[in-house]
Amino acid sequence: MARLNMVQAINLALRQEMERDPNVLVMGEDVGRDGGVFRVTDGLLDLYGPQRVIDTPLAESAIVGTAIGMAVAGLRPVAELQFSGFSYLAFPQLEGNASRLRSRTQGQMTVPMVVRMPFGGGIRALEHHSESREALYAHTPGLKVVIPSGPRNARALLIAAIRDPDPVVFMEPKHSYRAFREEVPDEEETMPLGKAQVVQPGDDLTVVSWGAMMRPTLQAVEEVGKRRSASIELIDLLTIAPMDGRAIVESVRKTGRCVVVQEAPRTLGPAAEIIARINDSALLYLEAPVKRVTQPDVVPPYFAREQLYMPSAARVGRALEQTLDF
Amino acid sequence: MPLSEIASFHLSYLQVIDEQGNVDQQLEPALEPAQLVDLYRAMVLARESDQRMLNLQRQGRLGTFPPCIGQEATVVGAAYAMRPADWLVPAYRELGARLLRGESLLNTLLYYNGYEEGSNYPIERRILPTQVILGSQVPHAVGLAYALRYRGEQEAAVVCFNGDGATSQGDFHEALNFAGVWRAPVVFIVQNNGWAISVPRSTQSRSETLAQKAVAYGFPGVQVDGNDVLAVYRATSEALDRARAGEGPTLIEAVTYRLMMHTTADDPKKYRAQQEEQEAWKRDPIPRFRGYLERKGIWDEEQQQGLVARLKREIDDAVKRMESIGRVKPDAPFDHVYGTPCEEVEAQRAALLEDLELEARDG
Repeated sequence: MARLNMVQAINLALRQEMERDPNVLVMGEDVGRDGGVFRVTDGLLDLYGPQRVIDTPLAESAIVGTAIGMAVAGLRPVAELQFSGFSYLAFPQLEGNASRLRSRTQGQMTVPMVVRMPFGGGIRALEHHSESREALYAHTPGLKVVIPSGPRNARALLIAAIRDPDPVVFMEPKHSYRAFREEVPDEEETMPLGKAQVVQPGDDLTVVSWGAMMRPTLQAVEEVGKRRSASIELIDLLTIAPMDGRAIVESVRKTGRCVVVQEAPRTLGPAAEIIARINDSALLYLEAPVKRVTQPDVVPPYFAREQLYMPSAARVGRALEQTLDF
Repeated sequence: MPLSEIASFHLSYLQVIDEQGNVDQQLEPALEPAQLVDLYRAMVLARESDQRMLNLQRQGRLGTFPPCIGQEATVVGAAYAMRPADWLVPAYRELGARLLRGESLLNTLLYYNGYEEGSNYPIERRILPTQVILGSQVPHAVGLAYALRYRGEQEAAVVCFNGDGATSQGDFHEALNFAGVWRAPVVFIVQNNGWAISVPRSTQSRSETLAQKAVAYGFPGVQVDGNDVLAVYRATSEALDRARAGEGPTLIEAVTYRLMMHTTADDPKKYRAQQEEQEAWKRDPIPRFRGYLERKGIWDEEQQQGLVARLKREIDDAVKRMESIGRVKPDAPFDHVYGTPCEEVEAQRAALLEDLELEARDG
């Protein structure tokens, strides 16, 4: 057991999987000598050599496209794209090929590949380095989209993603990379994909979030819970697609109230789908409209203004109180 | 300081049987008569299949499809140079190569009639599915090639097809660049058929040849007469030998001609001269190779008639099987969304089946 930050925890997952399975390899821009721009792959080159830790030329589409070929041939590539803002160059490979090959061969060819990409704001980065566009990938049948929120679940989910038989877009909230540490057991630990986690049980209000938004949300849940003597259930979604609708619906049937907190822009984001699922299966249990706290539908602001647009603990707290009071 | 030349390149053009039927015996591959007949049979099968599919399409018995007529020498010549352990990564105008590698015509017929059942791709056959997003298959070929070496399959390599149009795609460039850096065991075959739907080769790229693009990625390129099956076979065999020997990739530009429309939804009269097509028919690869076989004394009119009759029966049989597919399972597209059970997908399957049942009951 060691206290690790998320970067170290993901690195541990990669080491453990590369140790266990010689078909697992890591590829991407600067992942070798440099250990990746966030140092997530640090040390892997020395341990596993350049055949398994591949510094690729600079081309996102070919990184994902060649990983698809490797996966079809039985390897388990873990491709790193430096920032999710660059991942759209590889979108045709993910949408047109990775997501469909199983279906297009009636299950006879598969793409067991992980595409890791840091995403989200809050680190005062340049343009195209701060967005949350998980909905683009989640809207693509055949892809799985996973977003960890802390070191321990990042390690467990990445191992599960590497072993999954389908392509997984693994979006790492880079604001959480070094923000805090958690105890991460040395022995292997996995978590199932497609399952949300109840982080804190409660009876009066359901709050759903994921990724870097879990921290301000947890803070708001604690403050409002104490101030209002409310019992609030907090759910960490963890997998965006396929979404664990059952966990959300069961919780909302119990509490009758729900707030969804997402870093992504509002329209057609995961929060919209969560609310639609509640509408489908828990509408008559509701005692208040489901509220969502999101970024507005604007191009991500440059970093001088980014905190103004980010859901904060205070903003989430107000939404919780409004929903409790309705 | 005077300017000095720091790089230069040369490019070869390969032809074994010219348009008049003359043969360069130095370049003639060492193939047995039975092998030559196999090659010819594969070309005629592709041609007869396309002709039949055109008729079916015109009768409303088949959906839109891209005929390969005119390009049989390129696809058959290349596929014939491959071994069973090699991977074939096609675009969508390689019917002759697919059939030669053991795929059934029934697959193609079902696919172009809109049935998922036509996507039967057992992994042991090592053929990727038809690629519709032009050029996006080329990185897959490089990844497959990397994996073959990684897994110690030193004797296997990859043959990847795309057209002249797709050489303008970013994925083509990115993939060739990766292949060069990795010295991947892959042979890229560009079927330069002169036209990317309505855009002629001259508008696609200012490069004098498409083969020379290889030079920039650090590996050899060669231009071949794509209507000369022996030239394509020879070039592909040599490129595969290089790949197997660890010498890296090769780019082969096969200059051919799309004698028909891009797909059956296209009308070439809108953008190219009838006279150009008529001239191109004079370079039809099939009569050229038949003449070669006849002059060798291993083919005659009687054999020709026998072959065509046999192939027509085979094709008839495939068409009959396609048309007797009957009622298919309506929810098959739900079967392979994920490899693990997914509650939401299954709920949606059940809902669709319920809708279909209600609609069937209500007529």
